[in-house]
Amino acid sequence: MKKLLMASAATLIATGAFAEDVKIGVILGYTGPLESITPAMADAAELAISEANESGKFLDGMTLVPVRADSTCIDSAAASAAAERLITTDGVAAIMGADCSGVTGAILANVAMPNGVPMISPSATSPALSTAEDNGLFFRTAPSDARQGEVLAAILADRGVSEVAITYTNNDYGKGLSDAFTGSFEAVGGSVTTAVPHEDGKADYSAEVGALASAGGEVLMVFGYSDQGGKGVIQSAIDSGAFDTFVMGDGMFSEVLRTDIGDGLVGSYGTIPWSEGEGTKAFTALANAAGINPDSSFTRESYDAAALLVLAAMKAGEATPAGIAANVMDVANAPGELILPGELGKAFEILAAGGDVDYVGASNVELIGPGEAAGTYREYDVTDDGFETVKFR
Amino acid sequence: MDFLNAIVALSNYVLIPAIAYGSQLALGALGVTLIYGILRFSNFAHGDSMAFGAMVTILFTWWFQSMGITLGPLPTALLALPFGILGAAALLLATDRVVYRFYRRVKAKPIVFVMASIGVMFILNGLVRFIIGPGDQRFADGERFIISARDFREWSGLSEALVLKTSQGITIVTAVVVVAVLFWFLNRTRTGKSMRAFSDNEDLALLSGINPERVVMYTWLIVAALATIAGVLYGLDKSFKPFTYFQLLLPIFASAIVGGLGSPLGAIAGGFVIAFSEVMVTYAWKKVLGYLLPDSLAPDGLVQLLSTDYKFAVSFAILVVVLLFKPTGLFKGKSV
Repeated sequence: MKKLLMASAATLIATGAFAEDVKIGVILGYTGPLESITPAMADAAELAISEANESGKFLDGMTLVPVRADSTCIDSAAASAAAERLITTDGVAAIMGADCSGVTGAILANVAMPNGVPMISPSATSPALSTAEDNGLFFRTAPSDARQGEVLAAILADRGVSEVAITYTNNDYGKGLSDAFTGSFEAVGGSVTTAVPHEDGKADYSAEVGALASAGGEVLMVFGYSDQGGKGVIQSAIDSGAFDTFVMGDGMFSEVLRTDIGDGLVGSYGTIPWSEGEGTKAFTALANAAGINPDSSFTRESYDAAALLVLAAMKAGEATPAGIAANVMDVANAPGELILPGELGKAFEILAAGGDVDYVGASNVELIGPGEAAGTYREYDVTDDGFETVKFR
Repeated sequence: MDFLNAIVALSNYVLIPAIAYGSQLALGALGVTLIYGILRFSNFAHGDSMAFGAMVTILFTWWFQSMGITLGPLPTALLALPFGILGAAALLLATDRVVYRFYRRVKAKPIVFVMASIGVMFILNGLVRFIIGPGDQRFADGERFIISARDFREWSGLSEALVLKTSQGITIVTAVVVVAVLFWFLNRTRTGKSMRAFSDNEDLALLSGINPERVVMYTWLIVAALATIAGVLYGLDKSFKPFTYFQLLLPIFASAIVGGLGSPLGAIAGGFVIAFSEVMVTYAWKKVLGYLLPDSLAPDGLVQLLSTDYKFAVSFAILVVVLLFKPTGLFKGKSV
């Protein structure tokens, strides 16, 4: 409460003291299925904004003010209304968000495009957003699951696997990843015998496993959640001797899964988005100093999303929606001076002097195609002692 | 060889799982049918009574495990089962005393009992979640397999594997023993005979001096034992999660009604009819047919009648068909 009061007091003072404020919307699902990870994501985004303010070099001392709004993660109407409020009432210049793929698409189509406000999502991974009409306003610092599908297909091709069965959790994420993988895998000459959806939270997955076993395949691709149906399917498949090698998507990476299943999982492999290097280290130090858990999901991507918005405004020389939208790709990619987390002040100086920057950030940002992160994935093997990195892709 | 492979694949994915599931359903349906026969209402709280009994058993299992008491290759839960039954019996007798006895006194209509049991269901539902939490609980220990996939393949040299989990073996053996004891009790003992008399004709039974409260008490005790055993076996074989017991209510009622409400034999038959239909309709027959048919006829598709998503719809469909064409069920129970 005290923090909140101080924050609102600070906002009031800021609004009073400076005529020229730039507002940035931070729209994430503070309620709903992602409510446990969104506070850290919002904190990380606001960390980047306060870093820009503290440098004092942002557009001749203009102040950036974050404004939070609730995307709910699942309710498109509520999310659109919240975004509408951000733009029309608060007058934000850009939006950092939203989080879940469904509401992100809704905000983009219903609010951002009609108003011409750019948005950068830190965590929407649905492949459908790559092809959504966006008038050059939508970017994301999280890789599309289409990319994960390609990576998985490449891994299987490298390992000489040509025939697989798929089971996926029956929602947008599972279905999207399954479709993306199937497309990529068939393009490299593999074949998918069947794709069986599973519902989370059931007691018994023997029927699903029976269907998968009947269809056959060298390995079973599991695109689910490690504490839900994904685990149940793997357990049931091992018990009935249907499959003994599993290839897992990013939702299945978990230490608990490995210890619960035990020996049966040894020899399986999978992918998980990963970032490492100087940028990640710099962000970890920054986040720890600010009291944010740097390993919480999507905090790096959130920091990067906010930082990109700020840098794009600086590059444009004006904190307007059009200016920001036009310059995001420019500051994110080469050429230019490499910028790590904590170096926003330095980046402002370079940009003010007319130079170029290449923002690396916490997650090695490299925006490709329609403005989404290329993404680095860690290919891992499950061994007796834990997860062993094979390589980064 | 192909013929053997076909039989093994069929046993592994259809016969054994369906027999184990059918036994669990039969034990659950027996409880429902006894309540219907003697207390004359459909007890919607049955699924959650199963969850409650299983929960007490799990708590005792954890306690035994923490003290280092185990049953060797068998799951410790079997040792804790009697305590679970006692817990469930105490709970069911208490709900009878607090809720149902009043409605018996005022001679309420069956539908009033049913509504009261729905209320009891919600309370038990909350109680179980409150005590043990809504998530998955692990309590199985001991040997996981009687026959494991690897051993079977090495022994037989077949490409298909036959798996018999310990929990499946225990389920089938326990179900046979429990059903035998129950029928002996109902047909041979004085109390059992008075229960059947009460079920057949309440007024005649009262005239011949049978104490109704006593019959009711014995019924609840037997139902508590059946529900707990069914709940624990289901939890051992699949997994314990309070919500799944609530979902079990549909197949259990379908079993009891298909067999004929009030008929113990019908409940058992109904359990297996429902279990086999659920498993066989959603099974993909490609593999078995591929082994049996000559290559030219081998199917390309999965040969699956219904996607596994529609498993529960199967019990519903059978229920509707039976109610339309044979409302008293296969074994001439009381009409609903």
